[in-house]
Amino acid sequence: MRSLEEYSPIVGEDVIDQIRQLARVLQGAKIVHVNSTREGGGVAEILHWLVPLKQQLGLEASWEVIKGGQAFYECTKSFHNGLQGNHVQIPESLFKAYEETNRQNVEELRDKLASADFVFIHDPQPAPFLKACPERKGKWIWRCHIDVSHPFRPVWKYLREYVVGYDASIWSLADFAQPLPHPTFLIPPSIDPLSEKNMDLPAEEIEAIRQEFNLNPDRPVIVQVSRFDRFKDPLGVIQACRLAKNYTPFQLVLAGGGATDDPEGARIYYEVMEAAGADPDIHALLLPPDAHRTINGLQRLADIVLQKSTREGFGLTVTEAMWKGKPVIGGNTGGIRLQVVNHHTGFLVNTPEGASNRIRYLLKHRAKIDEMGRKAKQFALEYFLLTRHLREYLTLMVAITHASEERIELS
Amino acid sequence: MGEPFSVKDCALLTLATGKKAQNLQELRDRIITAHPGSIYYHFWGGMLRSSFDDPEYPNDFAVWAWRGIHDAPLAERLALIDPSDYADLENLRQEVIDVIEQRLDETEHIPWAQKDHQFHLMRSQIVIFDTDIRLHDVESLARYIQRCSRSSIFYHFIDSRRRTASRHDDFSEWLMGLGEDHSLLIDTLAAIDPFFSTLTELREEIAQAMIHYVDRGKSDAISGRI
Repeated sequence: MRSLEEYSPIVGEDVIDQIRQLARVLQGAKIVHVNSTREGGGVAEILHWLVPLKQQLGLEASWEVIKGGQAFYECTKSFHNGLQGNHVQIPESLFKAYEETNRQNVEELRDKLASADFVFIHDPQPAPFLKACPERKGKWIWRCHIDVSHPFRPVWKYLREYVVGYDASIWSLADFAQPLPHPTFLIPPSIDPLSEKNMDLPAEEIEAIRQEFNLNPDRPVIVQVSRFDRFKDPLGVIQACRLAKNYTPFQLVLAGGGATDDPEGARIYYEVMEAAGADPDIHALLLPPDAHRTINGLQRLADIVLQKSTREGFGLTVTEAMWKGKPVIGGNTGGIRLQVVNHHTGFLVNTPEGASNRIRYLLKHRAKIDEMGRKAKQFALEYFLLTRHLREYLTLMVAITHASEERIELS
Repeated sequence: MGEPFSVKDCALLTLATGKKAQNLQELRDRIITAHPGSIYYHFWGGMLRSSFDDPEYPNDFAVWAWRGIHDAPLAERLALIDPSDYADLENLRQEVIDVIEQRLDETEHIPWAQKDHQFHLMRSQIVIFDTDIRLHDVESLARYIQRCSRSSIFYHFIDSRRRTASRHDDFSEWLMGLGEDHSLLIDTLAAIDPFFSTLTELREEIAQAMIHYVDRGKSDAISGRI
């Protein structure tokens, strides 16, 4: 477990001091985070550092994972797709499995949840926890990591009933926040610069990764790292690269980790393999969920990083690439827009054709790759590292106990 | 000898209000009824939150006028509004409304943003806390500034302009109460424009001004003794 002090050389001593001062007023507070998976996906990655750091600051923080069967995950995957705008049909039996799974999980955790000062429920999977725990004493906050800007209404209407009673909710972007009768905070997520996925790697290790995946050192590498998910548009990425490769040679790496709560991943991976066919310059890699150093190495090997999503919660893979000093060609959607500032930290695109044009432009103007990469790294350093995120969580806990006062002066 | 300088720090939270504007007329209407906290957020809060610095447009209304509805004249006029020129947020609000209404009068068509480029009206909650650091003289302050947090700079150098009756920064207010003549430093601080640099750059600028002032005072004292 890393100590907060280890981040000081990266973010500055002042940033660490400030976090410690904020935490003083929360000493001993009991905090419970609940999500649906311990490995895979951005939420689990955040909780892996957030909970230990809160503990170091003198807060009694813990992390619980909701456990469910196949029907539960099928249901919550449909929720996920529905919240991102897909017209999904969910059978009644799946709703029942969802509600029953939540009831059972709350029973196991009831004492802990009821006595907590702050409970953070992440995403729709455990959203019904609040209704099932009426004897709660603390503040309950629903944290939505998903792009809910244009939800399929029946799905949101169903979930809203569970979310409406929370004391507050947190969203990654203003575009995503749905109207609710409680304070709706906006907190973008972040990355851990010292995690295996983001730490500096020795040059030999990066070279070994290049060799492991048969990447030619003489040709540029373009990488998209993301789950094999329709909204990440891996097929659009292949199309964009095919268009660009008519003009300039390069290699494409599509690397995706699996997550235990995503049953659709294997199907999409199969479609990607089919689209890639026998093209030796397209490398579709299905990596285990703990392949953090490999992903780190692939991102560092990249000349350009793509994140051509058509829907995106925030896009932590964009943040990771920026932190490694890479320009990002990103889909003009969700949190990618907050990070990819057109012509500064990368390019926003709307189609495979747009992505293709930007790939060609950057490969032709190599100095731009360096310039954008530098700006991207600085932007990530100032705003998207975990220290900013931790500070905002602490601030929120202080703020939520002071009703909706605009200025809260702590004595 | 006056009171020591109490170093405070702050942290800002952003809240969505659920109010959005698709066109300029809607923006005007939303601003008329907005919570004063929203006016504060869109002028002052920008410096403390996650956003890429746009050197041309120092407030969110100006940024949207340019990026959202592509109205360059309006963006330029809104960018010129210095929030510290106004006695309170209501006066500031009125100025923004006046500028927008003037533009609406000038244009034949109401400028619209694309569907997914609406202006989201937001507001903030700011938590202010005492760092327990007390600085007793100008030299201690000058040495400390280099390592104080960016949000502390925001609180003492920017937020102070709407908090204090004189609309000065807190450092100058404190210097004035010391009972010694620090007008040279106060004038130097007053000449620093806080709106076109990052907080890190601003911290550096203030620190340099103070250190230069202190060092000069020391060398003057030495040459006086000689």
